[in-house]
Amino acid sequence: MSAPSERSVAVNGAPCRVWEKGGGSPVFYLAGLLGLPRWTPFLDRLAERHRVVAPSIPGFPGAAGHDRLDQPLDWVAAVLDLLEGAGLAGGDLIGASIGGALAAEAAAMAPGLVRRLVLIAPFGLYDKAAPPVDLWAQKPGSQAALLSVRPQTCAAFAAAPEGVDVTEWSIVATRANETAARLLWPLADTRLERRLHRIRCPTLILWGAEDKVLAPSYAQRFAAGIAGKSSVRLIPGAGHLADLDAPGAAAEAVLEAL
Amino acid sequence: MKLMCFHLMPYTRLPDDFRERHNSVWVDVDRSLLDPAIAHRLYNEFMDELEYAAQHGFDAVCVNEHHSNGYGLMPSPNLIAAALARRTSDAAICVMGNSLALYNPPTRVAEEMAMLDCISGGRLIAGFPVGTPMDTCYAYGQNPSMLRARYLEAHDLILEAWTRPETFAFNGRFNQQRYVNIWPHPLQKPHPPIWIPGGGSVETWQWCAARDYVYCYLSYFGYKAGRETMMGFWREMERLGKDRNPYRAGFLQFVGVAESREEAMRIYKEPAEYFYNRCLHVDPRYGNPPGYNSEATQRAKITSQVTLVTQRAATMGGGASWEEIVAKGFVIIGSPDEVADQLRKVATDLNVGHFMLLMQFGNMSRDVANHNIRLFAERVAPQLRGLFDDAWEDRWWPKPLPKPERVAPQPEAREAAE
Repeated sequence: MSAPSERSVAVNGAPCRVWEKGGGSPVFYLAGLLGLPRWTPFLDRLAERHRVVAPSIPGFPGAAGHDRLDQPLDWVAAVLDLLEGAGLAGGDLIGASIGGALAAEAAAMAPGLVRRLVLIAPFGLYDKAAPPVDLWAQKPGSQAALLSVRPQTCAAFAAAPEGVDVTEWSIVATRANETAARLLWPLADTRLERRLHRIRCPTLILWGAEDKVLAPSYAQRFAAGIAGKSSVRLIPGAGHLADLDAPGAAAEAVLEAL
Repeated sequence: MKLMCFHLMPYTRLPDDFRERHNSVWVDVDRSLLDPAIAHRLYNEFMDELEYAAQHGFDAVCVNEHHSNGYGLMPSPNLIAAALARRTSDAAICVMGNSLALYNPPTRVAEEMAMLDCISGGRLIAGFPVGTPMDTCYAYGQNPSMLRARYLEAHDLILEAWTRPETFAFNGRFNQQRYVNIWPHPLQKPHPPIWIPGGGSVETWQWCAARDYVYCYLSYFGYKAGRETMMGFWREMERLGKDRNPYRAGFLQFVGVAESREEAMRIYKEPAEYFYNRCLHVDPRYGNPPGYNSEATQRAKITSQVTLVTQRAATMGGGASWEEIVAKGFVIIGSPDEVADQLRKVATDLNVGHFMLLMQFGNMSRDVANHNIRLFAERVAPQLRGLFDDAWEDRWWPKPLPKPERVAPQPEAREAAE
């Protein structure tokens, strides 16, 4: 894997890293709970045919400024600033997990911004019959197995990148976890349900069949709430971080839809 | 030296197999374990104990706030403090304290504490804890990423509400109020003394120093475990150019006094084991939500007091033995002379002027608690009184109305009618 190029976008005055790789029509990607500590095989597959642009959400690896986001409107404004700053203008947008919740907000609140939307196990809704797992009341060391069906791959993905101090990286990882909590605490219900109807672009909803964080039944709730033409694909043998667990199948589904 | 009687108000009927059969004493403690009829008895007995301590000359009675907690039946310490204010006359009422970020708007805290100060004739000590993750983030659903910012803002709002002479608007990050004008305002001027219980982060110490607040280390693990923290506190005070006035600090200690060490070993074993084995059975999953500790604290590798409790609970396995509880000084026990000796050493060594003493702990009965309180008041306290007072003034103690101006409650109306 060759390294992506890197630039920076300011959101509320705080720098946010933007990684980019490949050529062709642009596809933007907002990463999930762990952020994007390193480039992934899934993104590489997409980069074979597209220019993949991956901006880091404030608070996740590579980006600061999560502590300025208090209200839902602060988050929406920040993610729009981030995407617009990174160059999204009528292109395709993929959001995974917490990035999925924010990608859905962006598509709902700025309809012209997104041409086609892909949501991979997005947060944002709350089904009391199948509530999202409490991410912050887990036994220490159990996170990788909760997020992924391939805990070792997940742990390697989340580990300190080469050359980064381990103590400092643990603070970066905790900050990412805190940032997710900042948006999702305590029930992971962002009230996105009230805005889903504003999503009018074609939307593909992907879900890991073995997601232990958000039950795959949420896929249908998203599909039912979104006004645009939507389709649902379950990915067998994948957990919550489905594009990490099954990069080939996830990329194939995305490439088919775009 | 100030000697204060602190009460957690533990539920005393957790079953023998609590550790084995139940997940946690906190947050998801089994609802079925609480019998409100027992709670009725416990509240009244515990208030009796605190009133007994006040009658016997303790300088203060202390209450605190916990939620969804099997060893702390005071989700609202202010209710207990109000009752105590009526049945005590000279003791300070130390509310240790209200977790500021949990009140919406926080002027509620300003109002209730002002009421307590007025009811008690100016005997209130206002404790302002952030609150544990279990209480604030889990039981009360507060966002750990915003808890401290909310706490600091609430503090500012309360202080303004207490001290500003006019009706004002407060446009905070988390709180907006067009008309802040609390009635009543506190009797003590400019406001009741403010004490901050904290886990030992340098930021908290610096804040206490800047604001001239008392720092309190409320540890369940005694003076040996608390020594390093208190040494760190005093080093920081020295670095900041503050004096070593021992009344800048408060420290919590479990105590069991008896006629002899043998009697103490016999009567305090069961309640201590009950506390350390059942009451501290906290699921560590609730101990460390992300954002609760600042990044500076993470960098300094400071483990918060609550994290210590939950880690300790997780690693205790079969729990703490009575021998360990005594040897490590979790509970100071002995004859009155032995206890006085040890406490004098601890006070001097840690340089602490405010002792918050847990005289009832675990499933200790009222009779044993009162025995402990009486022996302490009559035979330990006299040996400690005056310590520090030749050299230092306690500038952080309540300043009540002069005694003749304070109103005593009438005898109970029911009794008068009979």
